[in-house]
Amino acid sequence: MALYSDKVMDHFMNPRNVGIIEDADGIGEVGNAKCGDIMKMYLKIDNDVITDVKFETFGCASAIASSSMATELIKGQKVEDALALTNKAVAEALDGLPDYKMHCSVLAEEAIQSAIEDYQKKNPKK
Amino acid sequence: MNIYADNAATTKMSPAAVEAMTYCISEYWGNPSSLYAIGQRAKEKLEEARAQIASIINAEPREIIFTSGGSEADNQALLTAAMIGLKKGHKHIISSAFEHHAILHTLKKLEKNGFEVTLLPVHENGIVRLDELEAAMREDTCLVTIMTANNEIGTIQPVREIGELCRKRGIIFHTDAVQAVGHLPIDVKAQFIDMLSASAHKFHGAKGTGFLFCRKGIPLSNLIEGGAQERNKRAGTENLPGIMAMAAALKESVENMDAHNAHKMEIRDKLIAGLSKIPHSALNGDPKQRLSGNVNFSFEGIEGESLLILLDQRGISASSGSACTSGALDPSHVLLSIGRIHDVAHGSLRLSIGEDITDDDADYIISNVGEVVAYLRSFSPVWRDLMTGKREFIL
Repeated sequence: MALYSDKVMDHFMNPRNVGIIEDADGIGEVGNAKCGDIMKMYLKIDNDVITDVKFETFGCASAIASSSMATELIKGQKVEDALALTNKAVAEALDGLPDYKMHCSVLAEEAIQSAIEDYQKKNPKK
Repeated sequence: MNIYADNAATTKMSPAAVEAMTYCISEYWGNPSSLYAIGQRAKEKLEEARAQIASIINAEPREIIFTSGGSEADNQALLTAAMIGLKKGHKHIISSAFEHHAILHTLKKLEKNGFEVTLLPVHENGIVRLDELEAAMREDTCLVTIMTANNEIGTIQPVREIGELCRKRGIIFHTDAVQAVGHLPIDVKAQFIDMLSASAHKFHGAKGTGFLFCRKGIPLSNLIEGGAQERNKRAGTENLPGIMAMAAALKESVENMDAHNAHKMEIRDKLIAGLSKIPHSALNGDPKQRLSGNVNFSFEGIEGESLLILLDQRGISASSGSACTSGALDPSHVLLSIGRIHDVAHGSLRLSIGEDITDDDADYIISNVGEVVAYLRSFSPVWRDLMTGKREFIL
């Protein structure tokens, strides 16, 4: 039995949207090195739509795969839809994560929320 | 390319061990406790194995108790010493901070039952200090239990000196020698060892088999009650196929020990030199006073589980002290005990090589670990912070 699903392995081996956005509209970082997971998300937002997203992750295979999948799920989405993304949706899109790795999908959800909050702080609604 | 570099986790059974096991299954399947010929033939083989193993560690056959492995032997040794201590009102135990969990968790249980435990520090080099051991010894110390060699970083402890200190004071000395038996010379008399635990699958025997050496005169306490096997000290029909395989494997390991150690040491030192060239990396544990097969590194800015999976994709089987590999929250207590903080303990790699390792394998490991570490660092926010000066390098 493999530790991870084929989807997790695919997103870990070939992560999508890796990197940084120099002029990001929102940046979110969650986790800490002490616990062994840090995720950083960069968003480019135009007219309330996420036009680009990049990530950097320090962590295990499922943390890297969760970040990668999360970026795919929110790219091109409206900000409010991205905010509604749950960790369960990330895990399901990866065809599941082992129980003790579910916190990786939670980190992905939180990283997106943190990046959007950063964007909203910089661009208060008029 | 397929390189198995996790021999500290388990080893492949040797052909001699497999042969002994299958021979036993087909020819000596009787119950050693039965009085008829089929049983007595099995009993003969059981005692032959016991005598062979005993002579290898300079013990007497009656001082060897067969167990299900190292963990059971550790548990029984600690319980035995605790029961002896209890009778005298001696309830203090000395151990080290980086013992195997079979020791540490048993000590926790004893603590809950009124024992006091002192865990000696193992310092940056991963070796206990004799002066600190001596200072920790008390009138009511009933046991010193310190491993012969550490399972994660391979550092070898001054067993004979520890044994001598204990013998002088009349304190029972147990050593978890699971990583050492078959790899280092053991002489229980010369090293003043009272109890010793071993596990067959660490020296090319079968899983589920091990033994406890207990010096005569020390009354063993049972973990498993039942029949009269193992001189009433460990009930249950003996795992004769495993025991015969263990004796064959140990004999072979000991006969080739010097040649294997010389070869492994050469490759080990090549791996250490090669991996040290990766920027911001560090060897864990003493560079020389360690098992010939053990290499353990920390790499800053990456996490160990992703490193292992990428190495697996390239045909290298290894392990890590990262929390993520075990489902625990904290990284390896061994790495923390030698002063590696969480951030770098997560990014560790243990390579435990076997005697079949080649020079080409070492080159392959060095170049692939280098590539994978660089790749993971390329999108690690921790590495970016380190490189941009937002975070300070530790290694």
